[in-house]
Amino acid sequence: MLQLTGNKKLPMATLVDLARGDAGTLEEINLPGEEARRLMELGFLPGMRITAGWSAPGGDPRVFQVDGSEVALRRETARHLRVRLDPPKRSL
Amino acid sequence: MSDSDGASAASAVALAGAKGGRTAGARVALIGPPNSGKTTLFNRLTGLRQKVANFPGVTVERHTGVALLADGREVPIIDLPGLYGLSPRSEDEQIAYDVLTGRRGDTGKPRAILLVLDSTNLARHLMLAAPILALGIPTLVILNMADDLRNRGGRLDLKALSSELGAPVALVSARQGEGIDQVFEYLAGQMPKPAPVELPILQDVPKCREWAGRVGCEARYRAPAPPKWTRRLDAVFLHPVVGVLVFLAVVVGVFQTIFSVADPAKDGVDWLIHLSSNWVASILPDSLVRSLLLDGVWNGVGSVVVFLPQVLLLFLFIGILEDSGYLARAALIADRTMAKVGLQGKSFIPLLSAYACAVPAIMATRTIENKRDRMATILIAPFMTCSARLPVYTLIIAAFIPNRPVLGSFLGARALAMLALYVLGFLAAVLTARVLKSSILKSGRAPFLLEMPSYRWPTLQSLGLRLLDRSAVFLRRAGTVILLVMVILWVMAHLPLIHGHAPGIDRSLAGTLGRTIEPAIKPLGLNWKVGIGLITSLAARETIVATLGSIYGMDPESNQLGLERALEHDLSFGGALALLVFFAFAMQCISTIAVVRRETGGWKWPVLQFTYMGVLAYVGAFVAFHLIR
Repeated sequence: MLQLTGNKKLPMATLVDLARGDAGTLEEINLPGEEARRLMELGFLPGMRITAGWSAPGGDPRVFQVDGSEVALRRETARHLRVRLDPPKRSL
Repeated sequence: MSDSDGASAASAVALAGAKGGRTAGARVALIGPPNSGKTTLFNRLTGLRQKVANFPGVTVERHTGVALLADGREVPIIDLPGLYGLSPRSEDEQIAYDVLTGRRGDTGKPRAILLVLDSTNLARHLMLAAPILALGIPTLVILNMADDLRNRGGRLDLKALSSELGAPVALVSARQGEGIDQVFEYLAGQMPKPAPVELPILQDVPKCREWAGRVGCEARYRAPAPPKWTRRLDAVFLHPVVGVLVFLAVVVGVFQTIFSVADPAKDGVDWLIHLSSNWVASILPDSLVRSLLLDGVWNGVGSVVVFLPQVLLLFLFIGILEDSGYLARAALIADRTMAKVGLQGKSFIPLLSAYACAVPAIMATRTIENKRDRMATILIAPFMTCSARLPVYTLIIAAFIPNRPVLGSFLGARALAMLALYVLGFLAAVLTARVLKSSILKSGRAPFLLEMPSYRWPTLQSLGLRLLDRSAVFLRRAGTVILLVMVILWVMAHLPLIHGHAPGIDRSLAGTLGRTIEPAIKPLGLNWKVGIGLITSLAARETIVATLGSIYGMDPESNQLGLERALEHDLSFGGALALLVFFAFAMQCISTIAVVRRETGGWKWPVLQFTYMGVLAYVGAFVAFHLIR
């Protein structure tokens, strides 16, 4: 698959792939309009940097730091938020 | 207020009513996103001059209050539900939207808006400013949490922000009371207004955020450092192992304290009631009036009032957990359990408030957009152990369970029994939800979004107002519903007259009623006296305590024993346990039935719920009695 976003040579993932302390930039929200709007009002806007924080035992739901606030999302929601991961530190 | 005050007061007349005059409707709307400290500010502005009611037609709570200006004028303020944007989805947001746009005839369009935003997260919170300012209503933009902003090294240029927004701006700390005088100045019309600016009409969220970012930039906003303490505390409270231990310790600690700390206070109230009852007995001649007062009011209503310290302590804990920000973390930890039974995270907050009382909890389900999820939450909410069960549980546990330590001094047998009853109610709720969600109320899952507020010290004012409010509710119930039931009970206990004298309690109308249902409750190990209590507790659960207090008081066999001893004398251990289980499950509360009928729009659901909970209570009590006997 050759998509525009694939050309940037950075790994594509969803929020679920972020472990605590990992960060990435939100690319898109694959959810119906209403749910996406709610997420956006809470700060999940494309282009925003998101850092994964602590979670409930078992890793679900997880708290994400975004745009100055901390918002908890369940895994089932987080997997619809596509992010571009920060390049791994060792490759810098 | 006279015209001689000059021009400065001219605009103020628009906001404030005449001195001491009754003001119709709420004129200034307080609005802001959740977690912006809106309620703290509302408490600051109105103090004790506030009341809670529902909007006509819908059951969204409406907090209204009056701010008293320095010159004695009154400004009515309405506290609207928190919202992130002006596109209404849930009932709560619809109400806020309707009030602001003047579509609710009962409040009228507000003359002014107080928009509360969190100054530590300005860029995101400013997103709400665009649609609010676009309404064209005079607005004061209040940047709250000034102390946090300063301590964490953030700052901004208020003048620049004000001219960017075309609205006056005040930087305040509602918790500390800092800068509140500016809000009062605005309400008095003494704050200079900047030149209005043309705001872009922004319909989509990214554009709003872009605008907010630009405005923040112009105002030279420097975001504060991340909340250090919140991160540190989350490292403990959300730690996979320690976090769960803390969660359990908090729960156990609450129950242990309800017994160990509240007991002396309860004895104190008990002593006062005893003292006043002796005093009444000594000044009144032996008459029917004296008998009604002593048996009905003092022995009956008094038995319930002694539990006020316990109920208040419970609310103090709920208040501390909520105001400190820990409750959101507890909701996070408990979410997986909720998900397993098919409920969404949004059900968690109504269910938590059901620990106080099912009625506001059922109203709080209005925030759940999914109708089936909302119905399931309404149906299970009365299983959560509400504070009306607390007097019943405390009485029976204190009468039948010795105060032995179980885990050293950390957990006593009585606290453990109480905890077990809370768990029992929770399990019943969870299993019922599971059954409902996999059968008649099946639905797709809505997303779980929960903002984690920063940890904060709860303020004495906010906790004090909560406790005062709860005391009023508790005592009002004791003085109305319970008192009325006690008077009826007393009359029924004194009829039919035999040769002009009241019969013994067992041969009275009340006794006959109890004996009539005795065959039905005998399999549960309960007798006719408890039976009378079960009937009266249909009005409200804690009425059984008043009823037993009254009946044992009238019965010559037990009137010297005191309620606890009399109960211990009258019931077997198995019977006591059966009674506890019965109260854990049964839906004995007229207010809850009424609110479910109103919320679901008919009798179908409340009847189903009452029957289901009743059957479960009976079967549960039967099993408990036969297992223990």
